[in-house]
Amino acid sequence: MELDVVSLSRLQFAMTAMYHFLFVPLTLGLSIILAIMETVYVMTDRPVWRQMTKFWGTLFGINFVLGVATGITMEFQFGMNWSYYSHYVGDIFGAPLAIEGLMAFFLEATFVGLFFFGWDRMSKLGHLAATWAVAAGSNFSALWILIANGWMQNPVGAAFNPATMRMEITDFYEVVFNPVAQAKFVHTVSAGYVTAAIFVLGVSAWYVLKGRHVALAKRSMAVAASFGLLSSLSVVVLGDESGYLATEHQRMKLAAIEGMWETEPAPAPFTLIGFPDQQARETHHVLQIPAALGLIATRSLDTQVPGIRELVGHAQERIRSGIIAYDALQQIRAARGLDRVSPAVREAFEANGRNLGYAYLLGRHVADPRQATAEQIEAAAWSTVPQVAPLFWSFRIMVGLGFYFILLLGLFFWLSARQALDRRRWLLWVAVLSIPLPWIAAELGWFVAEFGRQPWIIEGVLPTAIAVSSLGITEILLTLAGFVTLYSVLFIIEMGLMIRAIRKGPEPDHGLPAPLTAAAPRAAPLPAE
Amino acid sequence: MILHELIDYGTLRLIWWVLLGVLLIAFAATDGFDMGVGALLPFVAKTDVERRVAINTIGPVWEGNQVWFILGGGAIFAAWPPLYAVSFSGFYLAMFVVLAALILRPVAFKYRSKRDDARWRAAWDWALFIGGFVPALIFGVAVGNVLEGVPFRFDDDLRAFYEGSFFGLLNPFALLCGLLSVSMLVMHGGAWLSLKASGAVAERARAYGALAALATIALFALGGLSLWLFLDGFRITSPIIPDGPSNPLHKEVVRDGMAWFTNYAARPWLLVAPAMGFAGALVAFLGMKARWEGLPLIASGLSVLGVIATVGVAMFPFILPSSIDPRSSLTVWDSSSSHQTLFIMLAVTLIFLPIVLAYTAFVYRVLWGKVQEAEVRNEAGHFY
Repeated sequence: MELDVVSLSRLQFAMTAMYHFLFVPLTLGLSIILAIMETVYVMTDRPVWRQMTKFWGTLFGINFVLGVATGITMEFQFGMNWSYYSHYVGDIFGAPLAIEGLMAFFLEATFVGLFFFGWDRMSKLGHLAATWAVAAGSNFSALWILIANGWMQNPVGAAFNPATMRMEITDFYEVVFNPVAQAKFVHTVSAGYVTAAIFVLGVSAWYVLKGRHVALAKRSMAVAASFGLLSSLSVVVLGDESGYLATEHQRMKLAAIEGMWETEPAPAPFTLIGFPDQQARETHHVLQIPAALGLIATRSLDTQVPGIRELVGHAQERIRSGIIAYDALQQIRAARGLDRVSPAVREAFEANGRNLGYAYLLGRHVADPRQATAEQIEAAAWSTVPQVAPLFWSFRIMVGLGFYFILLLGLFFWLSARQALDRRRWLLWVAVLSIPLPWIAAELGWFVAEFGRQPWIIEGVLPTAIAVSSLGITEILLTLAGFVTLYSVLFIIEMGLMIRAIRKGPEPDHGLPAPLTAAAPRAAPLPAE
Repeated sequence: MILHELIDYGTLRLIWWVLLGVLLIAFAATDGFDMGVGALLPFVAKTDVERRVAINTIGPVWEGNQVWFILGGGAIFAAWPPLYAVSFSGFYLAMFVVLAALILRPVAFKYRSKRDDARWRAAWDWALFIGGFVPALIFGVAVGNVLEGVPFRFDDDLRAFYEGSFFGLLNPFALLCGLLSVSMLVMHGGAWLSLKASGAVAERARAYGALAALATIALFALGGLSLWLFLDGFRITSPIIPDGPSNPLHKEVVRDGMAWFTNYAARPWLLVAPAMGFAGALVAFLGMKARWEGLPLIASGLSVLGVIATVGVAMFPFILPSSIDPRSSLTVWDSSSSHQTLFIMLAVTLIFLPIVLAYTAFVYRVLWGKVQEAEVRNEAGHFY
């Protein structure tokens, strides 16, 4: 990779976002698991469920705080490194971020204090409500950030305004109910639930193996397995592949994921294994399942899934249309207003304006898109093809893991129902060793979604290469090094505390705390929270 | 959607300018005392139990308070995209330092008391100090630079270019503003601790808080004086079009020595803002000296409000003036989101802000009362 502002900015965003997403999935899922456990406690009044809530709550807290800390960066990163992006789409993209703060962050952050500090200050029902508020807040935040991200993949409900040189909102309803965003939301939160379920399952399995806290561990496993099984089915069935036919570039992403260079007759086969070759523009040694892709992607037998070559052809047409829009835009700007140019120019702009972003793809080849040669247009059209091999493999590992999670959680659900959780020790070890896998799947999922979106930052609207801030390489390297160091140190500390808290295990449940006396022992005991 | 035509564009911009102020003030008034407590931590709390008392006064609430900062970022992005684009990329390294400090802070709260190890805890106490002091300083320095004008310009595509440097931010006037910001938030943190802490911590907090209140008064006066004597403001010379497109390049701007005082000259009642800045700090000082309960916190909060409002009113309609290309300056009339986005965001705010305020008030009520040393020692399970 070249050390230029664009690559470094991308690297920095990828790094900070992927670090952030080490903590987010566990927050999403564990908040709900806590709420479920506490609900059982309130309904049955059995202290072991309160003890469970507090114990998993301690681990939740250690993780949650790093999600919050690394999330601070995300809110400002667009302005810091993606200044032209922020100007160009802030009118649409900023709204879900602000709503996320108002509707979700306040809810989770305000009540998380009560979750930890409010046990003795509130009624049982009151505290339960606080716990559910935390869970709702976390999940609302996922909703709004995925509405923002979904819009980057499928920019509906907006149009370019020549007077302000940016995209502006035309239909907020379309932005919120963007099908890509909705599919992503379900897929992402489900993945978070699976992550938390496997975390709880694995940690509990370790306790069972060690013969410690067995009653608590088995109950936790039952909750994790049933909640996780439902969620893992939801991840795969409602996987966001359903969103892949919504737009031209989503189709390109799908074709790249499949390494499918040519359009196959419907229903297209699914390539199980193959070796994509970007240079030769083909995929070698394929092993295919007939008809599977057509069925998964189009939910039909006769809809074609377009291949990469066909989509590049479309891109060429759109670049040509984009050049017309670009030319019209220059005339509109020279005349200082859409209402001051001839009707022909206005019509040209209105007819081709949605392809304006495609003209910017020529930026790498020629200063003025209107001067582009046929070869340059072709080269720019081919630049809409993301790197196929990394997408192809990441996707396959993610999906493979997804099916493995269904199997694992289904198995433990069955064992739990038969009260046979400790029958086979090796299975418990499998559960322990599976703990890191959901994180790998989640990170790969984001990689597929975002790397697959290249060369666009906003699909069809704004290429990544022109969205950056006017920064120097040194500045970005400095902050990149700073974030990597800071995050890595915090991550190591977090892992250390997590392992420590797991080793230590749940606090014994004493019921209500002893009354306060002035003659309390001087030594400060180690607080659990 | 024709709904947004209900409120005209110019009015919406004005409303969002006020809301921007509300957000910044809410941030400074809530997270401000958290930062103040962080900055005061090494001074007001000597033993581990004392430190835990100080930390636990804000333990359950800092997280919610910090959301005002996050929301500030989101709301600026949504309502004032050019401001978001220019300021954070322009103040790039300063912004990084703020983020790094603010990233340390939550982790320090949460992890500090997880281990019974003096060195571990001392390290996180430093992180809390940095997380309080550094952002307070840099926010003030940033405001100082905004008052002076920031070296940025737009090209015709509205791509922003910033031509300053990190060390250029640290000029005398901006540092003065940074110190004002620190003393103001330390005053506020001291007032908070004097109410919520107990024993020696509250005693020391009163002393330092009162001192900071005096410093706030002096630095606020000095800042105003410097502005009057040494600094130029900015003034729009072309006709103002409140509902024009959000394109800063459509206007003409000149530097003008007294421009930051013209709003006060035209509408003297606006002087209530600086008056509140002074009077609030004075009452906070007297209240902490006289050991009043509660009033110092309200007074210091009003002082914070007054100081921030003073700056906003002085600059209106400017939000971010450009020192190298004045016509690139961002103003209320040409750097907002579209009419429709401002309307939608106003509707969302009117629905959710009251809900947020209601449950925040509820949570503060649940957590009512002073944090006692004995309590922290005894009931360790539910404290940091």
